[in-house]
Amino acid sequence: MTDGTSLLAIIALLPFLGALVPGVMIRAGRNACASFTAVPTILALILLGTQTPAVLRGEVIQTSFEWLPTLGLSVSFFLDGLGMLFAFMILGVGLLITLYARFYLSSADPMGQFYTYLLLFQGAMLGIVLSDNILLLLIFWELTSLSSFLLIGFWKHLPEGRQGARMALTVTGAGGLAMIAGMLILGNIVGSYNLTDILAGGDAIKASEWYMPALILILIGAFTKSAQFPFHFWLPHAMAAPTPVSAYLHSATMVKAGVFLMARMWPALAGTEAWFYIVATTGLVTMVIGALIALFKDDLKALLAFSTVSHLGLLTMLLGFGTKAAAIAAVFHIINHLTFKAALFMTAGIVDHEAHTRDIKRLGGLAKLMPITAVIGTITALSMAGTIPLNGFISKEMMLEEAAHTTWMNNPWLVPVLATFGACLSVAYSFRFIFHVFGGKVRDDYPSTPHDPPFGLYAAPALLTVFVVLLGVMPHLAEPMVMAAANAVTGQETHPHLVLWHGVTPALWMSVIAFTVGGVLYALHGQANRIWLAVPRPEAKVIFDWVIAQCVGFAKWASEITHNGAISRYLAIFVSATLVLGYMAFRSGPIAPPTREMLPVPFPVLIGWAILVVATLLVVMNHHRRFLALVFISMIGLAISGGFVYLSAPDLALTQISVETVTIMLLLLALHFMPKTSPRESSMALRSRDAGIAIAAGVGVAALTMAFLMRDFDSISAFHLANSYTGGGGTNVVNVILVDFRGYDTYGEIIVLGIAGLTIYALMDALLRGPAAKRLRARDYSQDRSRDRHPLMMVVATRAMLPIAMLVGVYIFLRGHNQPGGGFIAGLVISIAFLMQYMASGFAWAQLRQKVEYHKLLGWGVVIAGFTGVGAWFAGKPFLTSAYGYIHWHPIEEFEWATAIAFDLGVFLAVLGAVMLMLYSLSRIARFAGETINIDPMDHDPSADAEMTEAEET
Amino acid sequence: MEVLVASAIGVLTAGGVYMILRMRAFPVIIGVSLLSYAVNVFLFSTGRLAVDAPPIWQKYADVPYSDPLPQALVLTAIVISFGMTAVLVMIALGAYLEADHDRINIRDGEDDGDEPSEEKGQDA
Repeated sequence: MTDGTSLLAIIALLPFLGALVPGVMIRAGRNACASFTAVPTILALILLGTQTPAVLRGEVIQTSFEWLPTLGLSVSFFLDGLGMLFAFMILGVGLLITLYARFYLSSADPMGQFYTYLLLFQGAMLGIVLSDNILLLLIFWELTSLSSFLLIGFWKHLPEGRQGARMALTVTGAGGLAMIAGMLILGNIVGSYNLTDILAGGDAIKASEWYMPALILILIGAFTKSAQFPFHFWLPHAMAAPTPVSAYLHSATMVKAGVFLMARMWPALAGTEAWFYIVATTGLVTMVIGALIALFKDDLKALLAFSTVSHLGLLTMLLGFGTKAAAIAAVFHIINHLTFKAALFMTAGIVDHEAHTRDIKRLGGLAKLMPITAVIGTITALSMAGTIPLNGFISKEMMLEEAAHTTWMNNPWLVPVLATFGACLSVAYSFRFIFHVFGGKVRDDYPSTPHDPPFGLYAAPALLTVFVVLLGVMPHLAEPMVMAAANAVTGQETHPHLVLWHGVTPALWMSVIAFTVGGVLYALHGQANRIWLAVPRPEAKVIFDWVIAQCVGFAKWASEITHNGAISRYLAIFVSATLVLGYMAFRSGPIAPPTREMLPVPFPVLIGWAILVVATLLVVMNHHRRFLALVFISMIGLAISGGFVYLSAPDLALTQISVETVTIMLLLLALHFMPKTSPRESSMALRSRDAGIAIAAGVGVAALTMAFLMRDFDSISAFHLANSYTGGGGTNVVNVILVDFRGYDTYGEIIVLGIAGLTIYALMDALLRGPAAKRLRARDYSQDRSRDRHPLMMVVATRAMLPIAMLVGVYIFLRGHNQPGGGFIAGLVISIAFLMQYMASGFAWAQLRQKVEYHKLLGWGVVIAGFTGVGAWFAGKPFLTSAYGYIHWHPIEEFEWATAIAFDLGVFLAVLGAVMLMLYSLSRIARFAGETINIDPMDHDPSADAEMTEAEET
Repeated sequence: MEVLVASAIGVLTAGGVYMILRMRAFPVIIGVSLLSYAVNVFLFSTGRLAVDAPPIWQKYADVPYSDPLPQALVLTAIVISFGMTAVLVMIALGAYLEADHDRINIRDGEDDGDEPSEEKGQDA
């Protein structure tokens, strides 16, 4: 084994990089676009070529980068014989398809897009065959499904294209999901997601009790991808794709991915009875059914599609046999099928391109009109039939040879007979392809008069035809490659001996039978077709559509039950589920005995508690009368503030009481524009249900609280207490935590608050521009207006109080580091002082005298807090590290400073700005709603009267 | 004392849950406020209860302190819950003005978008 080269990663990455190019190069013309698409493919081919000698010597080239090591996912690639064979096929045919598509696509098709998809697909396929990590392989596997979806649905205007693409994605995607599960099981058994480890751990896997589930899941993935019965139905529908796509995806690459996977996993999974019976039987059934349907298809591409299904079945069956010789035959047939099937698809494409139809019934006699195409088509179709001396003959002989030795459930006849029958059908549909298209008389009713296409279009199939003949006449040329691949498949030494003439063997006799019966079947096709049409048979698409409709119906039903637009229901489900989970968690472990004594209850505290409980009950009972409910809410807030005072949380008490004030103001403002009462619309049953849920939730939370209140615990709080003064320079530990220890959290929180403020402002702006504005204007609010809106006493009192309130705010702010207070509380206190002005003197009057915009306050708050944090960088410390010191000013006593105060200033400004912005936004509605705007500060201004009298007197 | 705190949290939670299960926006907002009280007190109480032991560090004496960490967390939580309530109120108000009702559940066949017929307005 060699390693250390990143070449493989480059090879796998090249198509993805190349995919960026065609979309741009299409501006330089179609030739430039196609040329630039070929470049990454050619480069990858050259790089691959440099590694070929080493791989043929039996070396394995590996390269690996860590990606998500904790998941076991690494970007690991390895190149052995099997990977190299497939990589050459993917790149080689990719190159031919690039050339073919250049001439096939019409000028109306977006060619840049096509080539981009093509390269994406090519990269995904390369990734599959080169991956050394099964998780990585799964990623590429899904990528092939996605990129093939884009390619199949390339002609977006065709409904068949879209439906075919959807069907392919559904089937292969579902299989991919099953495979993910299977691969994860494999990884679990082996303890590694590296493919090389898994392949080495075959014995452990087969001995594991999880072998069967893993095998079945992985095979579902492989069977769906490789269109094995009963998942074969998507492939013919995918033929709605442009022919280059069919030739690439559905003959050479994507459908072979499933076969590749079975070959890849051979050492890990094959060799058991289960493997033989599942894989070989599925393959055999698919081979016969595919060939049978192919015989009766009139659409050239459908015929080829079912023939592909049949040949994929053949490959699956060979891998299922689980013998070395069968593996060799499978590898060789993979090469052969690629050469003749890709050429046949391209031929069908040429016929379609020239004659404008691919309906066999409307064709015939093309040999005289397009001789070159006819030669290509005939040779390759003969190879598909397995005619000597072409390459299809050799691998078919090898297959029949293996089938002849296989007993199925002690029955030595079943497999050989069915295999021969499959071969008969194969001969028949190949003859049909040749004679019904190229043979016969020239007709005069083609949709378009066909003639041979330009060289560019037939160059690719012609080259493949050369391979068909070459590999038939001199099969030993392929021996090194087949040996390297077969060694990789079986994990053992193989010695393939590829010759054209095996001598007179049972297989040869089976071939002779196949040609005789096939010829007869072809001759009787007319009668057989009538019988075929008369016999009813299940139509896969109808069944598929029915299944999908059922799934969609179930999904609709389920989401209508659980997601019916009633948020009350979601909340009820959510609360109940949380309760159940919480209860289960509570019961899952033992609970230690209580370690704390209960604190005594003084009488005033008991009263406070009673107020809180009664107020809550009153809120619940009176919630239909909304103003009343608000009054009770404020009682609860006050009771809680009192509780904080008693329970040694002065900062919380200050915060709670100031937040309480602004919250109530906010709700009052909102209520002004909303209905003042809620109708009683819940039924008694519903209310009982809700009450049940609510009481259960309350009891649960109370029990939980009680449980931990009675028990001691250790936390990191002691650290904060010990370091508050020495590390943070403040004695109010809560404030030091906010601005210092957990400064980053606080910084985030003021940003959140700022976002909330801006959201409200923006929402209001949008609202006032929408249809709601009209409704607002039309509404009459006059009846609920007080006759004494701005009373004289209140105006005068609040004005006198403003400086005092401001001073209190500043005081609370400054002392915050050492005593209860700080930026949050100061910001709230000053907001309340401002709000009093708005309430007393009216919105317009106060707004006129308010010189700083609240957005700016908010913004500056965040900026100042941020800069304070950044300042620490200049001292070489991490973000938000604070510093402090002492200043001696005579005659003032020792004065302490801390950079944290600048941060707290930011907090203060942000809180002030956000709170004011929120309330200010709500107040704007009022002006919009046509409230009279007061320019004067009070309803009755005595000083104005005095001035007026003076004016009258003079 | 512990029983009082625990039961108060329980009562607030029960009241809050009952209110958020109502059909109109305003009771739901009130329910969320009640739940905010409950959650804040709950978080605060995870520091265990202490009387006469404020977390103000004493330079010259060794005295017991209450747990400062939950207090700091709850302090910001109180302010943030105000911001959240404000956004909620704003959304509820906007929904009410747009739809002309403050039901929170979408009924069968009812679209949550603006319909042309709504433009007329029932108060006009």
